[in-house]
Formats: sequence, C-alpha cells, structure tokens
Amino acid sequence: MSATANRIIKVDALARVEGEGSLYVKVKGDEIKEVKFGIFEPPRFFEAFLVGRSYAEVPDITARICGICPIAYEMGAIQAMENAFGITVPQPIRALRRLIYCGEWIESHALHVYMLHAPDFLGLPDAIQLAKANRPLVEKALRLKKIGNDILEVIGGGRAIHPVNMRVGGFYRTPRKKEVQALIPDLEWAIEASLETIQVVGGFSFPALEQDYTFVALRHENEYAIHEGRLISNRGMNIGLEQFLDHFDEEHVKHSNALHGFMKEGKAPYKTGPLARYNLNYDKLSERARQAAKAVGLGAKVTNPFKSIVVRAVEILQVCEDALAICRSYQEPSEPYGAVPVKAGVGYGCTEAPRGICFHRYEIEADGSVKTARIMPPTAQNQKIIESDLWKVVAANLNLPDEDLKWRCEQAIRNYDPCISCATHFLKLTIERD
Amino acid sequence: MARTRPRLGVFKFSSCDGCQLSLLDCELELLAVTEAVEIAYFLEATRKDMKGPFDITLVEGSVTTPHEAELIHKVRKSTGTLITIGACATSGGIQALKNFKDVKDFIDKVYAHPEYIETLATATPIADHVTVDFELRGCPINKHQLLEVINATLNGRKPVVPKHSECIECKSRGTVCVMVAKGEACLGPVTQAGCGGLCPASHRGCFGCFGPMETPNTAALSERLKALGSAPRDIHRLFQTFNANAPAFRQQAESLEDRV
Repeated sequence: MSATANRIIKVDALARVEGEGSLYVKVKGDEIKEVKFGIFEPPRFFEAFLVGRSYAEVPDITARICGICPIAYEMGAIQAMENAFGITVPQPIRALRRLIYCGEWIESHALHVYMLHAPDFLGLPDAIQLAKANRPLVEKALRLKKIGNDILEVIGGGRAIHPVNMRVGGFYRTPRKKEVQALIPDLEWAIEASLETIQVVGGFSFPALEQDYTFVALRHENEYAIHEGRLISNRGMNIGLEQFLDHFDEEHVKHSNALHGFMKEGKAPYKTGPLARYNLNYDKLSERARQAAKAVGLGAKVTNPFKSIVVRAVEILQVCEDALAICRSYQEPSEPYGAVPVKAGVGYGCTEAPRGICFHRYEIEADGSVKTARIMPPTAQNQKIIESDLWKVVAANLNLPDEDLKWRCEQAIRNYDPCISCATHFLKLTIERD
Repeated sequence: MARTRPRLGVFKFSSCDGCQLSLLDCELELLAVTEAVEIAYFLEATRKDMKGPFDITLVEGSVTTPHEAELIHKVRKSTGTLITIGACATSGGIQALKNFKDVKDFIDKVYAHPEYIETLATATPIADHVTVDFELRGCPINKHQLLEVINATLNGRKPVVPKHSECIECKSRGTVCVMVAKGEACLGPVTQAGCGGLCPASHRGCFGCFGPMETPNTAALSERLKALGSAPRDIHRLFQTFNANAPAFRQQAESLEDRV
C-alpha cells in the first residue's frame, strides 16, 4: 500500500459486548485521521416515558434499561427516591442491598472475564472454543457465574434478570435466614475459584498501553464502595451526589445514539469502572485481594486498560468475600421495608455498576409522580475515554494487518465491558486507511 | 465425517439484552446446548460472523427504527424456524410506551440534536412484520421455557408452554393471594403464566411481564381493582407498562383513558 492510500478499518457490529456498537478508524499514511466509537443501539427514550409514572414503579421500569446490570438501575432509582423523601434504611436492609449487588458483580464480571474478554487474550472467537480447549475451566467459570445469579435469585425474589423484590424503603419480602445461609458453601467455593481466576487471567500477556487517566469512582470510608459513597477522582475531586451535575455533563455527537459524558472542567474525558475503583479504593480491598493481585504483578496503581480483566478478577474475589461475610452474619430485618413519606423534591442516586458509576436524578411531584428523570449510564460516561484509548492502540499497532488491528481495537473496547444497551438510552468497527 | 448440527442464530433488535442473556444464564445446560446446535450467529457471545441460513433463529427486541424494519425481513428469509423471545419481540416491550405519545417530543426530551436520531413513531412486535413460528413471552423470558422451546423445536414437537393465567402458578406453589388477602392490585388474573408466580410470592402484585393470557377478562379485573380502591390512573399505568402494546392490555388502558 502506498504511504498516502486511505486505510479504513471498520467493525460494523461489535461482538461480545452487550448491545449494538461499531468502530470506524481512518488512517492516512502513518497518521490517524479519525476514530469513532459509535453506538447504534436504537434509542428507547427511558427518561421521556418515566415522566408521569409513580415513584414506586420507577425501579421496575429502569431495570429494563439493561438485562445485564438491572440492580444498578433499580438501586440507583430507589436511592434517588429515598434521597428525595428523606429516607435512611436500617443496617440489615443496607447489608441485603450490598449482598444482592455483590451477586450482580459476580455474575456480570464472571460473564465478562471468561465468556466475553478472555477469548481475546487467547486468540479464540468465543468461550465455546475455549470450552473445547479447556472444558473444566469453562465449567468452573459457569459455576462462578451461577453463584452470582443464585444470590440475585434468593434476594431478588426468584429471578436474576429484572429481580422483583427491591422497592423504595427496603424489600417487598424479607429473605429467610435459611435461604441466605444456604448460599454459604457455594461462596466458600467461589473464593477459591476467584483466586484461581486471578492466577489464570494474571498470566495472560497484555498489550502495552499506559494512559494518564482521570479516574472517577465512589468512595466509602468502611468498604470497597459499591452501592454508597461520595464521588472522588485522582485529581482531588471529592463531591456529594447532588454536586454531580455541577462537575459532569454529556453531549450528543452525530456518530452515536448514546450521549458522551465529560467533565465540565476542561471538557475532559474521564474513566469509570474497575480500573478507577481499583486505583482509588485500593486501600479498601481485603488483604487477601491485595495479596492475590500482588502475586500476579498488580500493585496499588494499574494504568494499562488491558489489565482491567485482572482487576475484574480481583473484584470478583472481593465481592465473594463481602457476600460471604454478609451471609454469615445475616439476621432477618424486623420489617422488610419502612414508611415512605412521599413529598415533592429532587433526589439523587449513584452506584458502581459492574462497568462503572451509574447516576440517577429525579424530580418528584407532591403526589409521587416523576416530573423529570435523568440517568447517566457508565458506558455513556466512558465513550470519550474509549475513543482516546483507541487512538493510542491504533497508533501503536499501525504495522498490524487490518484483521489483526481490528481485533486489537475490539479487545481495547471490551476492556470497558461496554454495555451498549445501557448507554443508549449505545457499537459497529470501521477502519479506513488512506 | 462429523455430524451436522442444526445452526442457531440469535438476533437482537431494540431491547435490554436480558432475554438473550437468558441463554448464557443457562449455566448448567449451556455447554450441552452448544453440543446440540451450532451457534452460528450470536453477537453477544462470539465474534464469529457466520452467514445464514439458520435452522433456528431466536429474535430478541422490537422494531423501532427504519433499519430494523428492513433487517427483520432479511432474518426471516435466512431462517427455518423463527422464534421471538421476550416482551419486546412479542408485544413491543417497554419502549412501546412511545406509541402512545408524540415521539418527536420524546426525542427532544432525551437528545440535544434530534436530527441525528433515526427512529420510527412506534415500537412493534416482530409478528407485525414477518411470520413468526413461536412467540415466547416474558420480561425477561423464563430460561427453562427457553430450553423447552429449543428442545421441542430440535425434536419437531410443539413446545409445552402454558397459556393459562398467573393465578394457576400461585395456586400450585401455595402462595396466598395478595389481592384476596391484602387487597393489593395484581395483574395475575389476566397475565399469562411463565415466571413461576414470583411477585405474589414476594408479597406484591403481578405487573404483567408475560403479557395477556388467552381470552383475559381485563374489564372485570379493572372493576375489581377499582372496588379495592385503585385510582383509574393507577389501573391505567398497570396495564400500560411492559406489555403496553399487547392488544388486550392496550385496549383496556384505552378504555380507562377518559377517566385518567
């Protein structure tokens, strides 16, 4: 190819991501002209049809934004309503909420690490081929994933996708002690399986890429933050949820049906998700999780996005330990839910979905119906930083043939476990070489 | 020579991905499924992009864009048995709420540049566009029913998927009726069984994930809910949620509209 010919790399429909996305890269000689990570998932207009619905219906409706992380959408909405009505839930309810969220992390992370991302590091098209090469490993992965789903079913009222048991003020039904304790033996096994997962994925080879990211994550004094906390960054930001929109915004770009999030200061991209959490909350990981990370070469700082797969594995261990501790000390709450003093107001909710922070803000009318709704899913927030990673990945790999470059780009996108269904409220790869 | 397995395609239209995730959630059966069928197209799980034809195709999601309205015809042409999975594919899903509103207003509410957005005025089920061989209900679908439908299709028999109401599931698992005992609003009497009676077992009323049962008496249920103290607006909302565009639920919601 001549030095001035256009080189176009296109992926029309990205695989092993949740939802529909695309990538378009245009290269002229050694110069990258354009990188567009697009989301062509059709818009579904959640913020519009939430208007006029009762506050009590909102968690069940927002769950339908995403079948992979419904807890993130239910809990964010619930907490926003509780914030608007001035409700603080008692400790046993709080513990049950963390437990069900641990279940979603185990299920989603195990799915992503083994079924969606590991095949990239092994040069395989999918986990089915991985099962042919190493069936016991895939069986173990599936059992781990199932344990996450089992937690979701026990606490969530019988199903893992769109669980029915969470409500504003608590739960509809209190899970019985023996149902929760029945999870203990599997979680003990899951801790061993997660230690093995860290070793397996920690042994992969990782493409070189370091970025000076702005990380944003929830931070909690007493735990590895998942469902509560303040929002902090590695650049000194430390804010309450009600200040989120003073610091962050999103814009509508032509190549994507998902809005692109950015930090207002300097209109800069930022990164949310496993790497952000790990770097900002390393001190809150358990001693065993830090040791297991150290054993595969991960210290307190990780800035190679391809190592996110190892960080996800470390997080699986962390939440298996947390879930086990909650199950062991579980006492049934005296009431499944408390009173809900409905009043007009504004409420904010933000939790760490498996792929990053998921922000909710609602204005509620005096009769409890929704006046306005705003939801910022993690993948929408990560879109700009994904494009920034892709610029670097393409620049570092221009010598690769198109097919290999395309795969490397896809792998870089999957570092984010993009949940495109969420982001649209979000992919296709096109590489064009001049 | 190796045995030729039937080829399975999994396609996504407008949806949350939850129903196709149900296939990956069959943790104990997944490897057996991949031995029984060749997964020839399933973007959520594999980057292998194999072309049709497919023997069995699972379609998730509803038709909400001009592109989808074209694509579904291509999918139909390339497949033997076409099975739609979930409330989006079988009735339009939650996004069908836009069918009752001005979609332009919706676009303006969510997007800064409405001119970038291509969307149809409606979200419609797959069967409105092409012939569908079997519709599997649910928001989300029940994975055991999904395995039953795949199994039955592979063996050339009719899937055993009941069309009776949710009430039967409550009775068979011994759940105390939330409407009779506590006066809770419940769509169970007019909703097709399939979830296993989850909401009443969690002490709350059914909200209709599996859509209308065969010949549902929605008018009688509306009257009963009213007698129990539900406001017309709340009854309207109950019918107009996850299967809002299913004819029986849509008509019942419409009949309440002058009183909302």
